[in-house]
Amino acid sequence: MPLNLELSEAPIRENRLGSVTGYNGTAGELCRRSREGTLRERERSFSQCATCASVTAICKLAMIRDAAVVNHGALGCAGDFANFNFVNRAGQARRGRPLRNANLINTNLLEHDIVFGGGEKLREAVREARERFSPRVIFITTSCASGIIGDDTAGIAEELEKELGLPVVPVSCEGFRSQIWASGFDAAYHAILRRVVKPPRQKRPDLVNVINFWGEDVFSELFGRLGLTPNYVVPFADIDQLERLSEAVATVQICPTLGTYLAAGLEERYGVPEVKVPPPYGRDAVDNWLRELGRVTGREKESEALIAEERARIAGELEELRGRLKGLRAFVAAGAVYGHSIVAVLKDLGLEVAGATVWHHDTRFDHGDPAGDTLDHLVRSHGDVAMSVCNKQSFELVNMLNRIRPDVFVVRHNGMSVWGAKLGIPTFLMGDEHFGVGYEGLLNYGHKILDAVGNPAFVRNLARHARLPYTDWWLRQDACAFMEDEP
Amino acid sequence: MSSVIEQPRHFCALGAGQSVVAIERAIPIVHAGPGCAGKLWAGLSFCNGFQGSGYAGGSAVPSTNTGEKEVVFGGEERLRGVIEGALRVMDADLFVVLTGCTSDIVGDDSAAVVGEYRAKGVPIVHAETGGFKGNTFQGHEILLKAVIEQFLEHGPQTVAGLVNVFASVPYLDPFWSGNLEAIRELLAGIGLEANILFGPGSGGVEAWQRIPAAQFTLVVSPWVGLAAAELIQERFGIPFLHYPVLPVGAVETGRFLEAVAGFAGLDAEKAGKFIRWEESRFYWYLERAADFLLEFRYDLPGRFVTVCDSIYGLGVSRFLVNDLGLLPGEQFVTDDPPVEYREGISRLFGSLAPGVSAPVTFTPDGGTVRARLLNTRHRQPPLIIGSSWDKDAAADLKGYQLSLSLPVTDRLVLDRSYVGYRGGLRLAEDIYASILGSYQ
Repeated sequence: MPLNLELSEAPIRENRLGSVTGYNGTAGELCRRSREGTLRERERSFSQCATCASVTAICKLAMIRDAAVVNHGALGCAGDFANFNFVNRAGQARRGRPLRNANLINTNLLEHDIVFGGGEKLREAVREARERFSPRVIFITTSCASGIIGDDTAGIAEELEKELGLPVVPVSCEGFRSQIWASGFDAAYHAILRRVVKPPRQKRPDLVNVINFWGEDVFSELFGRLGLTPNYVVPFADIDQLERLSEAVATVQICPTLGTYLAAGLEERYGVPEVKVPPPYGRDAVDNWLRELGRVTGREKESEALIAEERARIAGELEELRGRLKGLRAFVAAGAVYGHSIVAVLKDLGLEVAGATVWHHDTRFDHGDPAGDTLDHLVRSHGDVAMSVCNKQSFELVNMLNRIRPDVFVVRHNGMSVWGAKLGIPTFLMGDEHFGVGYEGLLNYGHKILDAVGNPAFVRNLARHARLPYTDWWLRQDACAFMEDEP
Repeated sequence: MSSVIEQPRHFCALGAGQSVVAIERAIPIVHAGPGCAGKLWAGLSFCNGFQGSGYAGGSAVPSTNTGEKEVVFGGEERLRGVIEGALRVMDADLFVVLTGCTSDIVGDDSAAVVGEYRAKGVPIVHAETGGFKGNTFQGHEILLKAVIEQFLEHGPQTVAGLVNVFASVPYLDPFWSGNLEAIRELLAGIGLEANILFGPGSGGVEAWQRIPAAQFTLVVSPWVGLAAAELIQERFGIPFLHYPVLPVGAVETGRFLEAVAGFAGLDAEKAGKFIRWEESRFYWYLERAADFLLEFRYDLPGRFVTVCDSIYGLGVSRFLVNDLGLLPGEQFVTDDPPVEYREGISRLFGSLAPGVSAPVTFTPDGGTVRARLLNTRHRQPPLIIGSSWDKDAAADLKGYQLSLSLPVTDRLVLDRSYVGYRGGLRLAEDIYASILGSYQ
């Protein structure tokens, strides 16, 4: 279904992509039921804290170098400011740029504002943002409170845009609207597509948009060999870069769960083709992805040569790693497609994947092309795997880990790895989403896993002294006991 | 003065969930949107010395994750479901239900729902902490009040020498657990038993249940915790001592211990002996460092600036003035103290030492602080003691900076304390480490 950029807000994933947060079974069944359209949400009668769309929207907008974000909510909604500021500074440091704090303001909604409306504070915050940061664009992210009391964020944005003479862009990311926090990525991209991206002035046949988070620059080397240049968005980009997203020859993404909306929007509106095949994690997926990138950018020959060279280059080391990793059992917890990617990498390395849980599941992507079905690709090339969908419910995770007792636990999302460690399981969080990209990424993961299992002293000692906050009763139950039956 | 906030140094009332996490074997149940507990954990714990999840914080916090359905139809049933589940799944001695913006605006009667369980004998308390009700300091006070009113019972026999302590706010002060342990040791030094309430070895709910058995309550802060002490006095007839300055270093700690000993009716000589012993140790180190301090100060600012909550601001300024002989520039108080306490706080800054006073600006907005700092003429590079947000301003002014107030993202904090004699020495070490590090 095409995106509707005329809407003031992006439809949430539950409605747009048939996304769910509760499932238990296998990857193959999840894939089949997604295709058949028979997958239903399974809600939980008991739950632990998740994440909301405000976090993911701010995550995408806070690091745009010459923009500012006004977070319209109570002060707790700014709880993640320091985190994104830290990520931003780390990213600046890695890129050799001067360190500066991110341009973020919260409207500090208090009781009086809840009763009489927060509009005045929002106006003040936007004016302050202009005064303090001289940004090129000001984004306003909404909150549960501002949404429920019905502040006219869009109207105020329009009014201030005229007053201040720069784009003031509302981003609808109230936490209560969606249980799929990735809906916040879409909200941010919707705002960027609607209000920032401009029609191309000049097409750039070498430029490839890379939708990512903040990973190390691995694409320059890889793309360089194809005569292409990566254009990383959105973190660390500037408004000029975002305005010219339409000029690229193609869009790739490190994970379609992250970038589905932006990639589809750029293709629909500006004809920038999206590389729709599964992202480049695991040898087969890298082959496919490079072939498709070559096809889309008119570099078929170069990409075939690159595939052959790289395959030959890593063959020896990969074999050796496979030998050393043989017999290890892994468990994976990560966000949707990123989880599929890590499973593919681990299986390519010869590990047994004893189970995986993903933070949510989208039954389709915005481009609507079945060739991009990452789960299908995973099952066909690597076989089936036990899989559940759990929106960061650590009580379910601990239950599963305690039962499965893998040799290594690979996780992507902060605040989750500690549960593996408390059980004495060698655990690592992969914070750099580019770590597993490409052929070299496969080797990276192999070495990383060997390191993780190489010295389990820390987790073993921790486990001897840590107490889990769960009852013995719970650890004996089925991990999905609190998931309600499908309607 | 701006009413919006850039560079927040505390969050909303729901941040009190972290105070629950700080009570041993207590678990918060958050009745709020799906992101609230996580955002507050990121801000109060992770990005504040990388304190981490602890027993049941971080991703373990039960939460109703209120959605569209609860906003439209109310969230009381959902809350019941999550409480029921928590009672079976989570292993705790005390549960505290904390409400967020969503449930408080739509008008869920969370108190009644929690009351149903309490009536059945479940150890569970309700705190109305919708984000818009105030800041995290106020949320902490709401929590203290809730536990005192809903969980404590009359009865225990008074234990002579037992002292309830309210000082550092857990998690919000990245050094809270070390500071509270240091207060315990100081009180032990003069023969008192501190009832610490939060953190390792504090005793969990048993400590809370002993509150009515204390001889008196001690509040070490300009204002946070006072309401709880008053409530304990009212309900259980226990008097309290309000000591408004966090004791850092020898001068203030000596005064503090004398005040406590006097209030407790202790033998002055016994307390004096402990004070003299600690002082002699303190000055052994300070005397040894005097060469460095005197010589290095040719190249060091005469002026320091604190950008801290009023607890740290007063404690740190008094220490730097009295023990290290530095002079204050402008002091920024970031915790938005209730208006009635501001004059008292200003007065204390006005008399840091004989003849030494500092101007005070109350603002929770980092942008206001930065603008004032950059618009002030600094004859020498200032020393800015605040949070990681202040690194840019310090760099712009070519000054020195130490983070000890939220957010702290440039240090890992374990059990370090800035309280007492040893805490003063730590602070001196850390300040000069930061300064010396900038020359390397």
